[in-house]
Amino acid sequence: MRYSALKVFTQGLTGNKGWRPVWRNPDPKPEYDIVIIGGGGHGLSTAYYLAKKHGLKNIAVLEKGYIGGGNVGRNTTIVRANYFLPGNSEFYSHSMKLWEGLSQDLNFNVMLSQRGVISLFHSDGQRDAFVRRGNAMINQGDDAVLLDRDGLQKMLPYLDYDNGRFPIYGGLLHPRGATARHDGVAWGYARGADQRGVDLIQNCEVTGIDIVGGKVTGVQTTRGAIRAKKVGIVVAGRSGQVAEMAGMRLPIESHVLQAFVSEGLKPAIDHVISFGMGHFYISQSDKGGLVFGGDLDFYASYAQRGNLPRKEQVMEAAMTLMPMIGKAKVLRSWGGIMDMTPDGSPIIDKTGTDGLFIDCGWCYGGFKAVPGSGDAFAHLIATGQPHETARGFRLDRFRTGQGIMDEEGTGSQHNLH
Amino acid sequence: MQFIYPRSGGHDMLILNCPYCGIDADETDLHSGGQAHLKRETIGSQDTDFENYLFNRDNPMGVHFERWRHANGCGKWFLAARDTTTLEVFATYPAQTLKPPQAVVNAIKKKHPDWKGWP
Ligand SMILES: Cc1cc2nc3c(=O)[nH]c(=O)nc-3n(C[C@H](O)[C@H](O)[C@H](O)COP(=O)(O)OP(=O)(O)OC[C@H]3O[C@@H](n4cnc5c(N)ncnc54)[C@H](O)[C@@H]3O)c2cc1C
Ligand SMILES: [Zn+2]
Repeated sequence: MRYSALKVFTQGLTGNKGWRPVWRNPDPKPEYDIVIIGGGGHGLSTAYYLAKKHGLKNIAVLEKGYIGGGNVGRNTTIVRANYFLPGNSEFYSHSMKLWEGLSQDLNFNVMLSQRGVISLFHSDGQRDAFVRRGNAMINQGDDAVLLDRDGLQKMLPYLDYDNGRFPIYGGLLHPRGATARHDGVAWGYARGADQRGVDLIQNCEVTGIDIVGGKVTGVQTTRGAIRAKKVGIVVAGRSGQVAEMAGMRLPIESHVLQAFVSEGLKPAIDHVISFGMGHFYISQSDKGGLVFGGDLDFYASYAQRGNLPRKEQVMEAAMTLMPMIGKAKVLRSWGGIMDMTPDGSPIIDKTGTDGLFIDCGWCYGGFKAVPGSGDAFAHLIATGQPHETARGFRLDRFRTGQGIMDEEGTGSQHNLH
Repeated sequence: MQFIYPRSGGHDMLILNCPYCGIDADETDLHSGGQAHLKRETIGSQDTDFENYLFNRDNPMGVHFERWRHANGCGKWFLAARDTTTLEVFATYPAQTLKPPQAVVNAIKKKHPDWKGWP
């Protein structure tokens, strides 16, 4: 069924009885050409582009839980192309362009809201670094505007500009920076893939990867064995476990990242504000809730719930930045498991096993990458060649030391990002 | 109603006993140093050895041996055996230990018979 305004109108007049489930719920077939492990944002977009751009038909996505139950439905939905390093810059730029056409492409409203992302700076040195970053963004073909204190104060009058520790000198505005509806993205890609014949198989956990003579032949699952010519691993925080099934040890540690939502309030915060020095960022959802978060919990965890010290730090940072927030009540908080790489940049590559591919290491920033990563991973699986925007995301960069991409400049070791 | 949080393995605050000063340290006094018992590589080692030592990690869901520093205390590094899913703490022991002490391994095995064990 194609969605349109007319459809909504006519359905409204006829008691909304004509809506159908958005995707089939098939049982797994014994064999597929391509099996994608993981029905998160990246797995679904990969399947979609495999079918749409490469015309491939016999594809399954295997999801251990339900579609959209992983990080794709747990993140704070910030979409931006304000990266600095070659390798990252062209990739996120490409992903942003896909976002901008996504609702039309999928015929599903992903509610992309290009409200602008503002990154604050608090010293002359930081301003210089942001000028340089802004120029890199403009050179990449994206947009960046440097705001001085007065300019920023007109847009965000409620910040504490004269804070003793972090006085605000200005901000780097990325006008095309956005938020989007996270579930909408998962559902839109799921529907698009299903319409093109992809089998989305839920409640199907992969428990083993079959390899014969250095070549992948299929997977073992909780719903039986499934043969496959090619297999893609796209399981975010679970990358370590699934890669281990293929005898791989990855440059990844899994950590918890928390997020918070306040009660619904009248519109107050029009942009996404990033307060890097306080490890804090915030935006306001369409329902009015303030959506905010901070840093990782900083020790290995699969607990999917966060610790109290990080909550306290995030609340303190919020109060430091915008004291007006103090009366808002926090409604909910939650955590998701992040696949952290030593340099903070992702991996989209072949593995040592023929026909086995891996897409992982998105750290805390993989939502914005959902379209770009799906496009690039589909290209790699279909053609055997890296996508032109994702050449830098090599698995072997930690062995060779070449092409390590430490975007934050904090060092290329675990626990530093 | 009264809530009682266990001293370690609680849900909200990780508490590890520092084997040097004997203090139960809150996680705010600690700094995590990632996987423990890695074999240190040096001059003459292959690139793949360095990759394994510096970057690749077991990243297990479950029993994890890891390095911690009593940063806001005595300042010393020590080791801990912890469950990354339940956040249960099995034991802490001095950093000068090359592999998990047998008593620690036995204690974990007793609680988690399906744990694959220390290699
Ligand atoms: C609190 C929080 C805030 C965030 N904020 C942002 C943000 O503002 N902007 C941004 O760009 N990014 C953000 N991120 C990061 C982003 O959410 C992730 O990087 C991204 O969603 C990961 O890719 P995914 O969608 O494919 O992951 P997931 O949705 O987690 O998909 C992986 C799927 O694999 C499945 N799986 C795992 N193991 C198996 C198995 N053995 N068999 C079958 N299936 C399996 C899982 O069930 C899961 O559904 C945030 C993350 C969190 C937790
Ligand atoms: Zn101590």
